[in-house]
Amino acid sequence: MRSWEWARPVRPVRREVLSAVPELEEGRPPLLLVPGFGHGAWAYAENWLGHVAARGFSAYAMSLRGHGGSAPAPEATLRAYAHDVVQVAAGLPRRAVLVGHGAGALVVAHAMARYPAQAAVLVAPVFGGWATFGTALRRNPFGTLPAVFGAGLRLNRRQLFSGELPEADARRHAGRLGRAARRAQWQLLTGTDPEPAVGDPPVLVLGSPDDRVVPAAALNRAARRYASAPLLFPGMGHDLMLDARWREPIDAILDWLIKNPGRDDLG
Amino acid sequence: MPTSPEPGRPDPETTTLARGPDGRPVSDRGDTVCVIGAGASGLTAVKNLAEHGFGVDCYERETGVAGAWNWRHDRSPVYASTHLISSRPFTQFPDFPMPDHWPDYPHHSQLLSYFERYADHFDLRRHIWFGTEVVRVEPVGDDRWDVTTRSTGGYGPERTSRYAAVVIANGHNWSPKLPRYEGLEQFRGEVMHASSYKDSAQLRGKRVLVVGAGNTGCDIAVEAAQQASRCWHSTRRGYWYAPKYVFGRPADQVNDLLLALRVPLRVRQWLYHRTLRLTVGDLTRFGLPKPDHRVYETHPIANSLLVYHVGHGTITPVPDIARFHPHSVELTDGRQIDPELVVFATGYLPRFEFLDGKILGDDEGVGRPRLWLNALVPDHPTLAVTGLVQPDSGIFPLAHWQAVLFARLLATRASRPERAAAFAAQVRAGAGERYSGQVKDSTRHWFEVGHADYLRALERALRELESK
Ligand SMILES: Cc1cc2nc3c(=O)[nH]c(=O)nc-3n(C[C@H](O)[C@H](O)[C@H](O)COP(=O)(O)OP(=O)(O)OC[C@H]3O[C@@H](n4cnc5c(N)ncnc54)[C@H](O)[C@@H]3O)c2cc1C
Ligand SMILES: NC(=O)c1ccc[n+]([C@@H]2O[C@H](COP(=O)([O-])OP(=O)(O)OC[C@H]3O[C@@H](n4cnc5c(N)ncnc54)[C@H](OP(=O)(O)O)[C@@H]3O)[C@@H](O)[C@H]2O)c1
Repeated sequence: MRSWEWARPVRPVRREVLSAVPELEEGRPPLLLVPGFGHGAWAYAENWLGHVAARGFSAYAMSLRGHGGSAPAPEATLRAYAHDVVQVAAGLPRRAVLVGHGAGALVVAHAMARYPAQAAVLVAPVFGGWATFGTALRRNPFGTLPAVFGAGLRLNRRQLFSGELPEADARRHAGRLGRAARRAQWQLLTGTDPEPAVGDPPVLVLGSPDDRVVPAAALNRAARRYASAPLLFPGMGHDLMLDARWREPIDAILDWLIKNPGRDDLG
Repeated sequence: MPTSPEPGRPDPETTTLARGPDGRPVSDRGDTVCVIGAGASGLTAVKNLAEHGFGVDCYERETGVAGAWNWRHDRSPVYASTHLISSRPFTQFPDFPMPDHWPDYPHHSQLLSYFERYADHFDLRRHIWFGTEVVRVEPVGDDRWDVTTRSTGGYGPERTSRYAAVVIANGHNWSPKLPRYEGLEQFRGEVMHASSYKDSAQLRGKRVLVVGAGNTGCDIAVEAAQQASRCWHSTRRGYWYAPKYVFGRPADQVNDLLLALRVPLRVRQWLYHRTLRLTVGDLTRFGLPKPDHRVYETHPIANSLLVYHVGHGTITPVPDIARFHPHSVELTDGRQIDPELVVFATGYLPRFEFLDGKILGDDEGVGRPRLWLNALVPDHPTLAVTGLVQPDSGIFPLAHWQAVLFARLLATRASRPERAAAFAAQVRAGAGERYSGQVKDSTRHWFEVGHADYLRALERALRELESK
């Protein structure tokens, strides 16, 4: 029974979706890349989008409402973000693999309760709660503390990228960061756990032990939810898709998808 | 005509060749489940069974998916102007939403594209045998079933396959329910059932009598008000004509807001009566009979325009028909009217012509099976019916959960037979259970369900099945 959801449908907004499709359709499931708070589709367009297509998968990167090229939505909630993901996923020609980064992984986890994904990949997942907040506070007190009082959460360059990324690139990416809606940020701290996923999709969790947003313990915790262990990429920052060695994690994801289709109805 | 969905696809693989009771060969399909019909209910059965790891063969007599919602299908009851009566959130599958920029009440052509996208998104067509009609379904011991099919229209040979389970999703809005009247055979005017009504051009310039005030009857009366030279609307009782919008929102969404707030039925009825009273007003002044029941006690009508046209005099409400004369129709109040065209929008009857009625507990064969949750069959744990519900909301979310329940039941039979056996006892005990408040006794209300009561009961059953 979802009387509340039925009675109060999420309002539609214009959503930005960037795509790259392979020249030859090989019957592989499409990937839907969901960015975390503050990021937009641009974060994937930089490196991953084209690479995924070059490896024969259709790739779609979206911006949650209020982010990137999607319409502004200052009152957005986690539910609205998950709604955006499910809307885009259901609009794709075939059952999609959901890939979520940072808090986008939490959004994907919520979306998985409303859409039977082919598989899901949680990249440096931020599942929220006070522990995550504590880490963020320690690493970047001036960016984090105001968020408690309703201002935007600000992440700095050194939290997001490793030292290997050229300074100019780091500065350019950090300059594009936006912010999530206040209510959604608050829900990240206090919100309820996602409902169980529908359709029993296989889930891969990956991240970096040197991530300064997601501590290793949080990574393990997230992976345990889905009865697995995280795949680790030492030396990388939180934004694995923008960091200097972006190629390694995405290749690992695609290899996993090829090797471990998980369900027998994978074409 | 090729019956295979893809050219060059081999026939279903035969593992063993068994013999049917009459000695004809039967191809054994092992653990595969058979789904009859690729309308909305059949599609969601195919998807959910496949998702639970079952092999599925679906037979569909038409050449496309979506059943009633493809108005080119010869049995589709949908007419050119059909829009949903249940708003989008109540009508979409719970795990495959309709695009959120669609209107609150989408058009039937949008529904068709929705079901086609559902079939493609989840790659369902490879399970479906189009242009193939199921003519017989027989139990063969061990809870297995022999399903006999042939090309639609009766061409070609029959073939029989043996399945581990069967889902019946053949729809319940295609076999017209036609009332009998004295003198109908002698009537010189044109008579049709709503099932053959497609387009308002059929009404243009004629004097039309529409019989029945289900949603079909109301829609056709409204079209007649605009197209026909005269429109009478005959009903055998008074109804609550609910608008599609109240307080600026789709009416069903307002109702569920009250449900979410756990407002009891009596209070909701009272609120509803008040709201209708204040907005639609007292209808008896138009000559409409006073409803003989409370709201929610008949299948809801969602039509904002009927009352509008009654108020404009373009629809004349009249009582039930007493008898037909060659050139006129006599009403129960003694009045005589002279329509050229009579449209019977008197509803449809469920039919399971391929199955012995006793199996579904429908001993008299009147299309009223005795089931639990309107889906599970006592003493036949591997048989289910989906979509046989008439909810005060959309059918598809209910059909989805029915399919999930049946898929999990089949999986439980394999993994925990004792649990499945205990569940079977429950099916037996629960057969015939109802999921609505009190409803008016009428031929159409035996499978009326309140979506909230029904989904809660289904949820309980799912939990029960998964319990230790
Ligand atoms: C005018 C109208 C408007 C409606 N509006 C709504 C609405 O707004 N919301 C709502 O929820 N419901 C509505 N309904 C109810 C409608 O019946 C359902 O929406 C829906 O079509 C039911 O789907 P189904 O799959 O159960 O049946 P169907 O759509 O009828 O599909 C059954 C399929 O089974 C196939 N089949 C049947 N027998 C056999 C056989 N022996 N062998 C092989 N194949 C077979 C048929 O060809 C068909 O494709 C409306 C009905 C009508 C008449
Ligand atoms: N989305 C839409 O716009 C839309 C449109 C049409 C239909 N539908 C759905 O399709 C289904 C079928 O609807 P329907 O309208 O075709 O059928 P229905 O709901 O069964 O309505 C039949 C109507 O005919 C009357 N009737 C039946 N037998 C009669 C008799 N012998 N003499 C006089 N009147 C008689 C009934 O009266 P009683 O009240 O006495 O039973 C009722 O008013 C329903 O679920 C409906 O909601 C939806």
